[in-house]
Amino acid sequence: MTGQDTHHGMRGGDVSPPPAVELRRINKRFGRVHANRDIDLTIDAGTITGIIGENGAGKSTLVSILYGFYSADSGDILIDGTPVALTSTADAIRCGIGMVHQHFMLVPTMSVLDNVMLGREGGFTLTDGISKTRKRLAQLSEDYGLEIDPDALVQDLPVGLQQRVEILKALLRGARILILDEPTGVLTPQEADRLFEILRMLKQDGVTILLITHKLREIMAITDDVNVMRHGQMVAHRKTKDTNREDLARLMVGRDVLFTAKYHEKEPGAPILEIDALTHHDSRGSTVLSDISFTLRAGEILGIAGVSGNGQSQLLDVLSGIEPVQEGTIRVAGEVIDSRNRRDPTALRQVGVAHIPEDRHHRGLVLPFSAAESSILGYHLTDVAGSGLFLDLQKIEARCADLMQRYDVRPPDPQWRSGGFSGGNQQKIVVAREIAASPQVLLVGQPTRGVDIGAIEFIHKELLAARDRGCAILLVSVELDEIMALSDRILVMNAGRIVGETAHGEADPNRIGLMMAGIDPNNARDITVQETGAA
Amino acid sequence: MNEVLLPFILTLDATLRLATPLILCAMAGLLSERSGIIDISLEGKLLSGAFAAAAVSTVTGNVYMGLGMAIVVSVAMALIHGFACITHRGNQIISGLAVNILASGLTVTIGFAAFRQGGQTPPLSADERFGPIILPFADALRDVPLIGLLYSELLSGHKLIVYIALISVPLVAWLLFKTRFGLRLRAVGEVPEAVDSAGISVTWLRYRAIILAGILCGIAGAYLSTAHGAGFVREMSAGKGYIALAAMIFGKWRPWSAMGACLLFGFLEAASSRMQGVELPLIGQTPVDLILILPYILTVVLLAGFFGRAVPPKAIGEPYVKEH
Amino acid sequence: MSSTPPLPRWADIGLLPVLNLMIAMVVSGLVIAAIGENPFDAVAVMVKGAFFYDGSLGYTLYYTTNFIFTGLAVAVAYHAMLFNIGGEGQAYIGGLGAGLVCLALDQVMPGFVTIPLAIAAAAVFGAAWALIPAYLQAYRGSHIVITTIMFNFIAAGVMVSLLGGVLMQPGQSSPASRTFEPSSFIPFIHEILNGIGIEAARTPLNLSFVLALAACVFVWVLIWRSRFGYSLRTLGQSEPAAAYAGIPVGKTIVVTMLISGALAGMMGVNEVVGVNHRLVLNFTAGYGFTGIAVALMGRNHPVGIVLASLLFGALYQGGAELDFEFQTITREMVLLIQGLIILFSGALSYMLNPPLARLFARLSVGPRREVQA
Repeated sequence: MTGQDTHHGMRGGDVSPPPAVELRRINKRFGRVHANRDIDLTIDAGTITGIIGENGAGKSTLVSILYGFYSADSGDILIDGTPVALTSTADAIRCGIGMVHQHFMLVPTMSVLDNVMLGREGGFTLTDGISKTRKRLAQLSEDYGLEIDPDALVQDLPVGLQQRVEILKALLRGARILILDEPTGVLTPQEADRLFEILRMLKQDGVTILLITHKLREIMAITDDVNVMRHGQMVAHRKTKDTNREDLARLMVGRDVLFTAKYHEKEPGAPILEIDALTHHDSRGSTVLSDISFTLRAGEILGIAGVSGNGQSQLLDVLSGIEPVQEGTIRVAGEVIDSRNRRDPTALRQVGVAHIPEDRHHRGLVLPFSAAESSILGYHLTDVAGSGLFLDLQKIEARCADLMQRYDVRPPDPQWRSGGFSGGNQQKIVVAREIAASPQVLLVGQPTRGVDIGAIEFIHKELLAARDRGCAILLVSVELDEIMALSDRILVMNAGRIVGETAHGEADPNRIGLMMAGIDPNNARDITVQETGAA
Repeated sequence: MNEVLLPFILTLDATLRLATPLILCAMAGLLSERSGIIDISLEGKLLSGAFAAAAVSTVTGNVYMGLGMAIVVSVAMALIHGFACITHRGNQIISGLAVNILASGLTVTIGFAAFRQGGQTPPLSADERFGPIILPFADALRDVPLIGLLYSELLSGHKLIVYIALISVPLVAWLLFKTRFGLRLRAVGEVPEAVDSAGISVTWLRYRAIILAGILCGIAGAYLSTAHGAGFVREMSAGKGYIALAAMIFGKWRPWSAMGACLLFGFLEAASSRMQGVELPLIGQTPVDLILILPYILTVVLLAGFFGRAVPPKAIGEPYVKEH
Repeated sequence: MSSTPPLPRWADIGLLPVLNLMIAMVVSGLVIAAIGENPFDAVAVMVKGAFFYDGSLGYTLYYTTNFIFTGLAVAVAYHAMLFNIGGEGQAYIGGLGAGLVCLALDQVMPGFVTIPLAIAAAAVFGAAWALIPAYLQAYRGSHIVITTIMFNFIAAGVMVSLLGGVLMQPGQSSPASRTFEPSSFIPFIHEILNGIGIEAARTPLNLSFVLALAACVFVWVLIWRSRFGYSLRTLGQSEPAAAYAGIPVGKTIVVTMLISGALAGMMGVNEVVGVNHRLVLNFTAGYGFTGIAVALMGRNHPVGIVLASLLFGALYQGGAELDFEFQTITREMVLLIQGLIILFSGALSYMLNPPLARLFARLSVGPRREVQA
């Protein structure tokens, strides 16, 4: 464990006030997932403290425990030095904790006033509460520059103002400890800067702020202390002034998985997948992919590195046909796909595009189905599943048993429920299915997320073998080591753009780490890369 | 002039009487659905309320005891619904359906056993029923042109519950939009997480909503058997709970609009019975049966999005589970 | 989603429905006891009435036929996570379709032409009645539960209007069509049995029962052995997986509901062409709603649905016997049981599941611990 450093020692014994928040050995499990493991955390009053870590590192679970949304399986929580039991959100609010959630807890169809009053209406009828709340809102707007139209409907407000409503709500409830969970994910850079100004003002007024983020820029820009989480554990604590981006990036991405798969140089073949100026917007209208262009050749693994949430998922969705192309073109195996010529996943599979999805629980498998049934997902209309209108169960099960044996799936029982396999075995079923289709192009998303070491090695070997057979592979992973171990070329994505490219031999984890964090490695002191709202 | 107006006013008068149970049930459904609980059990609560009112009224001879028992029984049915779909996160539609079928079975079974009249209650005497309430000066004002007629014929002379129904609309509107409870209720039907995050119990809030719905349906049931009718007849709710549901959707989950829809649907029913056998130009004999299904057709057309979108509360039908 | 382990398969498909049924029966028994009758006597009367009187089995199977059709209709939709509550209306309109064919052809065509056409018409009319709710659900997002409820009432209104109007037998005042020519009747089972020399009492049971059993086989093949069934089940279990697999969501919803509506519609064959031999009011008599209880009890599987239909057939037929034997209990007792079954095996199915799953988990862990110790 790195640097549970001198923080405790630096405080002068009993003289200084107790920390605003102290968490001791917090544990939380969800079924098989150990989301928080022995977490210790100390937050001094009147500071801005950051928790940084990748998506899925357990940050959100931890703050949900602090906000009383979940209760920890074990561990203690102390607020201002006093142990408290936070069994509900109401308890947390009573302790002066406020939270700005990543997904806003706002009712879009109600007014700002209604939203901020919810939970502190000031009496059975609303009349009194309304006039008092209006006054408080005016006061807060004066103190912190949090201007807002109290009568506007939340759904009509831009995202930045919706977040302001969340902050106002917490302040109106008298929060002295304010938690912000990934607050800038949906903000423009200008809105984010404005938010930071507000947070600084709040800090001056004695509010303790806990900022949860995976963006290094924010940690460096605003926090006093920073804690790094990885795989459910708190792996480091630093004074922000004593650390730097490179150090944090290294701690965040981690180095603990060793890859043993043998990579070897190989000359790629002809271009198979050509992407030109692909731009995509999500349902809320924000740009999630902007102007993506690259070429993928036969017998090549092209890795996409990036902190998750920077457009990689949307790239896979568009390339696999789940999302229609909005702008730009895709050329694959001689077909041209654009906003007018659309292809659904079935059509794309027919031309040889297979897809190992990022989310095997919701997409890659149908958990209540048997392994055999899941082994034809996406191919249920092809010859492997039967003939004519009907499925041939014997054929499906025999084929599944064969795949299970070849990919060493345990238990090798085609009738076993898909949801009953371990993560590694589930993923092997998906990988087996997609590689068995002998695709020309294989789209791969997070192939080893939540997978045990043995299965990781196996899956890596299979991907390399498919490459050697001439398959063109697009590999998306948040594990930088995985990308570096397998890829012939690496593209780095940040905020929906491709911000860098490097070849296998030239890959330098520090440079890539900086690019992933949106920092130009040639000019590391100067933060120029804009982070647009890739969610 | 009165001779020309009178049939029209009488139709409106019938509209009001027919719309009363619809209004009460629509307000009940509105409270329940605004809290995020689909309420197809309006029908069952209405039916069981009607039975309880008539049964207790005939046994005790006191119509108010009947009303009280109607409310108790209807709330009990609502609590079964709540136990299944709030506490145990069961499917709200299946649960509502269970309540409806349960009500059909229970009312006849108990009614048959208690009164031995084929599932009916004995006919109620005048003092076992709600009597008409003559509003002050109704007689005196009768001769004032138009207004007098409207006042004395249309507004005056109804049963207590008709006035309760009329008052229930502003009351529900006030509760929903001007009180703490209403604010929370509207929020919990849209984004229950927001309510939970504000430290308010989603479960208890939803229970209170369906209990209020039970009370309103109980009153509507009492109206059917002890005010509008004179005793309980099997299946006497006859789909009124579903029409009220349709009216509530038609009113886009808003109290005044829902009342408007109830009055429209009540008017269609009143008009169709007055038009029975009447020859219309071009169409010929009035298609009474088709007029009666207009409420349902209009509701489907509305749901299809043809006159503006009817957007239900966003969290409706979803049991509240804190997500991981 | 929940952290409790899943139940063993046999417990899930065998034990749970039986437990739910037992709870429903116990509660019904309490109601009977509260009324002042002996619940065990009532059960005895019902069992005798359903199976042991002359011809009672035929009546039981006649009801069973209806429930198989409506139960299958609910089940097919349910596998795609669609709640078709409109079986009642689809059956009503399906029966209308069958009746119209008979009225049009019975005097000019032989039975072997009329009857298959009537069956096809029932399916087509039933499917058509499900089409609009299906389309609105698939492409406009209108809640299929509400629209199918509305269509039940619209069907009722349409039928009242038709039977009281253009279809009413001339010279009669009751809302019913004329009786079809005997050539277009679906043969009764007792006639067939008598024909081959087996004594059988007159009952409404007819060859529609065989059609219902065939429908069970069809549904089984459709759901578990066809490519479309695979799409349908994938959509029902996980919409993201369906999107990933390239399954067209809207189209699958519409086709599923058409099949569901067709199955419900064929219930009309039994009532109209098999038993009544004319169109009458309310021949669906709530069987469409009972189909929901049947599907829930039968765990949406054709075998389960046949068993649950048989149970409900027996309850309906045995329940009718209650009217004769008791002063204080009537056949509506069956509605009570039906409501309780829907409550316990449908809405409250989550209630017994976790404790039972924990019990099984403990039972299966218990011995192992002992071995280790």
